[in-house]
Amino acid sequence: MAFDLGFTADQTTIADLFNGFFTNESPAEVARAAEPLGFDATLWQKALGLGVAGMAVPEQHGGGGASLSDAVIVAEAVGASIAPIPVVEHIIAARAHPITDLVEGNVIGTVALTPAVDGTWSYVPAGAIADIVIGVDGNEVVAVCSSAPGIAPRNHACQPLAHRSSRHGDRTVLGNVSSFERIVAEWNTLTAAALVGIAQRSLDIVVQYVKERHQFGVPVGSFQAVQHGLADLPGLIDGSRILTHKAAWASQPDIEQVVEPEFNEYTDFTVVSSMAFLFAGETAVHATDRSLHFHGGYGFSEEYDIQMYYRRARGWRLIAGDPRNEYVALADKMFGGN
Amino acid sequence: MDFALSPDAVAYRNLVRTIIADTVTDEAINEIHRTGTFDLPALNFALAKHGLLERAVPGMGKGDPIELWILFNELEKAGAPYDGIAVSLMIAGVVNAVGTEEQKQRIIPSIVSGEAGVCMGYSEPDYGSDVASIVTRAVRDGDSWIINGAKMWTTMAHVAKWLILLTRTDPDLPKHRGLTMFILPMDTPGITVKPVHTMASEHTNATWYDDVTVGDEAVLGEMNGGWRTMTVALAFERGVMGGTNQGVPLLTHFTKWAQRVGLAHDPAVKVEMAKAAIDMHVSTLLTQRAAWIAASGGLPGLEGSMAKLFATEAYQREARALQHVAAQPGLLGFHEDGAAADGFIDYDARHSPVTTIYGGTSEIQRNNIAERHLGLPRNR
Repeated sequence: MAFDLGFTADQTTIADLFNGFFTNESPAEVARAAEPLGFDATLWQKALGLGVAGMAVPEQHGGGGASLSDAVIVAEAVGASIAPIPVVEHIIAARAHPITDLVEGNVIGTVALTPAVDGTWSYVPAGAIADIVIGVDGNEVVAVCSSAPGIAPRNHACQPLAHRSSRHGDRTVLGNVSSFERIVAEWNTLTAAALVGIAQRSLDIVVQYVKERHQFGVPVGSFQAVQHGLADLPGLIDGSRILTHKAAWASQPDIEQVVEPEFNEYTDFTVVSSMAFLFAGETAVHATDRSLHFHGGYGFSEEYDIQMYYRRARGWRLIAGDPRNEYVALADKMFGGN
Repeated sequence: MDFALSPDAVAYRNLVRTIIADTVTDEAINEIHRTGTFDLPALNFALAKHGLLERAVPGMGKGDPIELWILFNELEKAGAPYDGIAVSLMIAGVVNAVGTEEQKQRIIPSIVSGEAGVCMGYSEPDYGSDVASIVTRAVRDGDSWIINGAKMWTTMAHVAKWLILLTRTDPDLPKHRGLTMFILPMDTPGITVKPVHTMASEHTNATWYDDVTVGDEAVLGEMNGGWRTMTVALAFERGVMGGTNQGVPLLTHFTKWAQRVGLAHDPAVKVEMAKAAIDMHVSTLLTQRAAWIAASGGLPGLEGSMAKLFATEAYQREARALQHVAAQPGLLGFHEDGAAADGFIDYDARHSPVTTIYGGTSEIQRNNIAERHLGLPRNR
């Protein structure tokens, strides 16, 4: 095979299946009703019915054998519908620790993005609802099964965040700390995809709105100031999507891992996934900013959907911490640590 | 999606890199910045010798759009001068698409051999973005055409062999429909070329046409079909033939300098370097998409607009950000002691403004995307 930016036939089927599922089962009212916790157990059960829990786990572990690229398509659909279920976190956890309960979705898994401090993982995404948390404790990557608190602090991301113990519970050592880099890269990739979904859907929503909303006797969308504010977005969104798919492609074992800034060549999975996460994050923030603004005052009201996208676009990426740290770490990987 | 280039494309890319390494020397780059003529005959001949210019003519079927992208992407990443051959190859593609057999025989070989360059006479003193309103006239006189008028930004007119010239042939038709394109030798009597010097040291020109007389052999495409001929050219140009990765050599120059002087330790500087690298990589992916669509038989007009819009705005952001963190050494020009990035911080800050203007301004690209991609109502 060679250079091809299209989907395979299987991927088109996956996209149709999940876009259809989330359109039907997770309209904006579902996300709204799930606030402030950010979890809908009924929707999760329905998604499990589609095999989402183990879809991206290799077949020899009982999974569906889908690639990370396939999972990117699913994660974008999750973001587009801001579905209040931990698809991204669970897929990553099941790939990292493919035990039957995670692969079949009998329990919920997640990942703690920052190492434990004194036995506590802070701000764990889906931490309020997950049974198994995978993260770094000391020099090891461990999976800890313990009871989920079930409640979360109200937060901008509308995510079921919680602090979780890395010591108390049924604790399994999965590997050396160095193996966590790949887990984070996978989370970066799928979160980037979800942010692409947020950005794309917020653009779709506002384009529809400015075609229908009239002021001064004409559609708001006929004003050049509005058009130009929106015309920047498709390139940002498409660029984010292609970059995210490149990260997933780069995750395959047979891809030579290249980092050559002077040739603008990057096929290193940790580098490209970090780029995708940062760029999709900026894109989602920018797209929802413009999209909310061009709704006028209505964009600010709870009744309209765009404000839900606005908050999640900012929140989802900040769960990983200050983006400047990610930029610095990325620069060190690209240009060396000096 | 599969981001791996085919083995043939990799071999092609490596050949281009070898040719660049052999011909684009520091001395050559110095000379280009001194003269402001962004064309290097030694490079053009070396590419021609390996048949690469012929393969790069858009739509001629010798190479594919992926190769075209690779060629110009390698050239711009190396900071090599490609303005001359980009226009020449694009026009060779237009001649191939709409020209007569006689024109193809007479014109294309001179371009793909690296001997002849082409300059474009589209814009006029009073008509830039509104190019369909141009007033340079071509009037029928027996078997001849007599051309009178003036053009602006005829870059390379002082070295080119050929001129592609947009004229008004029927002022009574609606503005897009009364235009005809000509292609004629630059040594045709009646053409005057005067230099226009720019902030970025690039040498462009203003040109005048006084009773320039040509025959039907100079008409390119259909009579009063000049707008269509021009659109063919723009579809080739937008996004794929350079102009979307100019921030890459800037970042390379900056990185070497920042590491040498210790600035690269600063986390705030690292943030800007990482942002620039990401933006340039996204630019390249958007460009690759346009090339891939063209290679798949599509016309990537909108995707080219998105690539051009994003890439040039990103290049300006990078030039500004790196000049800020370079501080006072970023003020210094080429060959000055202590100049940041060997003077490229100053140079790119001077050069980057033109990139959101030429080849269709950012506003023209946004109109295009808003109306044709987002489906918003036309307002002009």
